[in-house]
Amino acid sequence: MEPQVVLTGLPTPDQLAGAWTRAIARTSHTAMSRRALHAHLLVLAGTLLDAVTAEKFDPTGPAEVGSALVAAHFTEVAALQRTVTVLGEQLENCPGAGGGRLTAVLAALTAGYAQALRDRTLAEQERISASAFAARVAAEQARWNSEARFAAVFADSVIGIGVGDIDGTILEVNRALCDMLGYTAEEFRANPIWEFIHPDDTPGVWDQVRSLLTGVIDNVRFEKAYYRKDGAEIWTHLVLSLVRDQQGRPRFVVAMVENITERHHLQTRLAHQAMHDPLTGLPNRTLFFDRLDTALEAGPPEDAVGVCYLDLDDFKAVNDTLGHDTGDALLRAVAQRLGAELGRDGHLVARMGGDEFVVLVEHSTGIDHLQRVAQTALDTVRRPVVVGGHPIVVSASVGIVQHTDNGTASGAAELMQAADTTMYWAKADGRDRYALFDAERHHIDVSRFALSARMPDALAHGEFVVEYQPLVRLKDQQTTGVEALVRWQLPTGERLEPTQFIPLAEDTGLIVPLGRTILTDACRQAARWRAADPGMRLLMSVNLAVRQVREPGLVADVVQILADTGWPAELLQLELTESEFMGTTENSLAVLRDLADLGVRIAIDDFGTGYSNLAYLRRLPVHALKLAGPFITRGSSGHDETDDVDMEIVATVVRLAHILGLTVTAESIETPAQLSRLRRLGCDTGQGWLFAPAVPPHDIPGLVHTPPWNSHPQPTPDRRPTTRSSPAPRR
Amino acid sequence: MTRPSVARVYDYYLGGSHNFDSDRAFAREVLRVYPELTAITRDNRDFMRRAVLHLCSRGIDQFLDLGSGIPTAGNVHEVAHSVNPRARVVYVDHDPVAVTHSRELLADTDSVVAISDDLREPRRVLQDAVAVGDLDLTRPVAVLMVSVLHFLGDKDRPAELVDEYMSATVPGSHVAISHARSDGKRDAAATEEVYNRSRSPNPMQFRTADKIRALFGDLTLVDPGVVHLPRWRPEFDPDADPDADPDVGEDYPALAGVGRRD
Repeated sequence: MEPQVVLTGLPTPDQLAGAWTRAIARTSHTAMSRRALHAHLLVLAGTLLDAVTAEKFDPTGPAEVGSALVAAHFTEVAALQRTVTVLGEQLENCPGAGGGRLTAVLAALTAGYAQALRDRTLAEQERISASAFAARVAAEQARWNSEARFAAVFADSVIGIGVGDIDGTILEVNRALCDMLGYTAEEFRANPIWEFIHPDDTPGVWDQVRSLLTGVIDNVRFEKAYYRKDGAEIWTHLVLSLVRDQQGRPRFVVAMVENITERHHLQTRLAHQAMHDPLTGLPNRTLFFDRLDTALEAGPPEDAVGVCYLDLDDFKAVNDTLGHDTGDALLRAVAQRLGAELGRDGHLVARMGGDEFVVLVEHSTGIDHLQRVAQTALDTVRRPVVVGGHPIVVSASVGIVQHTDNGTASGAAELMQAADTTMYWAKADGRDRYALFDAERHHIDVSRFALSARMPDALAHGEFVVEYQPLVRLKDQQTTGVEALVRWQLPTGERLEPTQFIPLAEDTGLIVPLGRTILTDACRQAARWRAADPGMRLLMSVNLAVRQVREPGLVADVVQILADTGWPAELLQLELTESEFMGTTENSLAVLRDLADLGVRIAIDDFGTGYSNLAYLRRLPVHALKLAGPFITRGSSGHDETDDVDMEIVATVVRLAHILGLTVTAESIETPAQLSRLRRLGCDTGQGWLFAPAVPPHDIPGLVHTPPWNSHPQPTPDRRPTTRSSPAPRR
Repeated sequence: MTRPSVARVYDYYLGGSHNFDSDRAFAREVLRVYPELTAITRDNRDFMRRAVLHLCSRGIDQFLDLGSGIPTAGNVHEVAHSVNPRARVVYVDHDPVAVTHSRELLADTDSVVAISDDLREPRRVLQDAVAVGDLDLTRPVAVLMVSVLHFLGDKDRPAELVDEYMSATVPGSHVAISHARSDGKRDAAATEEVYNRSRSPNPMQFRTADKIRALFGDLTLVDPGVVHLPRWRPEFDPDADPDADPDVGEDYPALAGVGRRD
């Protein structure tokens, strides 16, 4: 055989494997390196050479070669094509080639390749199908598990769950949702979600739902009300989630609905409570200030913000006399009416506390507008309220402030303070009326407030000093007494007259300790004068405020002071103004009687300014009348008929007083003419600048011993105080 | 199984029969547009083989193959085991069929497992790779992202994913990436279009050479860097065809590289 091989030019196995390797190396993807492939093909080449040269043809070998190619992953058709080609070229000179041996070998190889490729393909197909099937089974198992879990969650959830498609059709609902809204599942499915619109839904809610259905957003949550089938309203916390299909297109909507009705009501109630007054149901000061702040911030210049601050007049008396239940009922009725009358015009009516209400006019067209509002409020309050069968009539005082008013600061607090002050002006001006804010008056009030706040300190630091004005017997122009008059000597050097601070002291109640101090100072001073000159016997006349009289312990105080200073009661005179006398109660009269019983003289000050029932004087523990200054100045110039009438009155009063055993003192005598008239009419004593103004205590002895008015009939101008705040300075 | 799958389509490119009619129909559609794709696919497998051999030569014996697909001739574990029979390989794919098939094939092979996860969830992948695949993150690992990142859109932030995987490894670990490029042959770009039609198994996003380089972040590139697939260390291929021109045109449509964490 060897020579044949050489002779026929058959390739060696290595040559054949080399050519073969080059032919098919890049035809298919295999894991073999080129070297490994060559080694592999070398074996196959040997098999093929054997098959070609064997005496008897056996197709097994070539068929195995075809199969081995497939096993090495030469699965591409090109691998077979090139194999057949390269083998045909390499082996065409084989001995039996002409006899069909080569064709038979290649046919067997091709058949073996085809059989192996078919087997491999079928095997791979079977494997991948089995894998696909297994994967699907696993996926379905997972899906089934997931669905079973979801079904359990869906069915047994305490949260209502519904699934709808993106047209709004409801597909599935769970038990909890049915229970929550009172519909059966069938009823739900028959209604699109749009049927569940609630009037309280804000437009934004459904806009968001539409955005969700069109896939703009993926979920949305809000609080929303629903009507149950039975018509009851429930509040829910609703979460909508979009479910998309595999391509990302909106497909379903899942709604999760939690019933929060109780929580909602509680929150609403708490929010309402926080903003409303429990007694009247009106907005409270918190809500009021919220609205006021908002209005002030918004502040369009053409519309001003205005407030009417309203306080019932004498409401305390209603509570005190008719009881708090009646008072509360009255407040409720008034609140309700104010809310109805003024709320109708869009104004906010709030209760600030106690018997104080406020009307916020957010768009005031001017003071006229506010005055109309205030007038309506006053008229409304004035309408009788029937409580427990009894009609009660109350009035109110209203302070009106407009935000743009000069002098009001921009803040809500300042505005309200101004309104409060203005309301008190309405009270002071006589109640049952409104007052308009006045910047100057407000400024004065603020100063007054500052003064009254300083007063306790001033008292402690001895800033209040007492001066004395001689009381002169007209008959012989001898000094028979002095009136103690208090001044406030401020640390700044400024000196305040009693009219500037006594009313404040009366308001704050400081008049009680202040009055005690003045009385003590006066008595001690009088005692000093007498100690220095035992011959000097002066009546000490001291003003008394009705508030002091009402204060328990006045009598004891007076007794104590007289005892401490050693001043005799008979030489003490206490003055009370006529109007204060008229306002005295039985208790106060008893106090005055007790004082009179001690021997203290009681005088009616400013007599003639009130409307005293003259006959009533008999019943009063009074020893002296002091004629009011205006009477004297007006009634004694003697120039016209009015003067004549006044003179007649003075004459009558003097006569009557004398009949009743009272002495008469004329205040504010300024001219010799007045003096001579008063003397002629029988006035007992007088005081005024004609004689002397109030002077420091050390000046008194000199005035008593050498009265300047006897040597100098006219008062010297430079002795007059430069500030004449009152023609008859008291105290 | 009416929907084509990336793994089975790839198997078809490589001459396998682990595929269905829908996969073959889709693959033929691609090949009509770009007939060289089968060759590129083989180049890609060759790169993977060279990369694995290179990494084995650097002493790496743990491989995390992300997007492993259907096992076919010359799998990672076969290449690795040819030099280190104890090398550990974890195959990861999100195609349940591919994973099921891999498991069947690997049933008798210790030290190699296939897990079903989405590579876009690195934490989960790593967790499973450690728990199921016995991957030891205290020793260097090779992460293979061969021909897979171009199936992720920019919104999947591929560069950050690479960084997340590599941050979980210790220094000395590597990542091998191959990726189709958008600034190569025009025919190749047509492939992208086919993949992005509705019947596609998975949309593709080709990237520019710069973007592909950026995927490696601050890792150190192993020589010769990010290059055309066949140019990456051809010396590691004992199969190199002495007759064939090893070089390819500048517009070759796929790039590859290996990065190292220092």
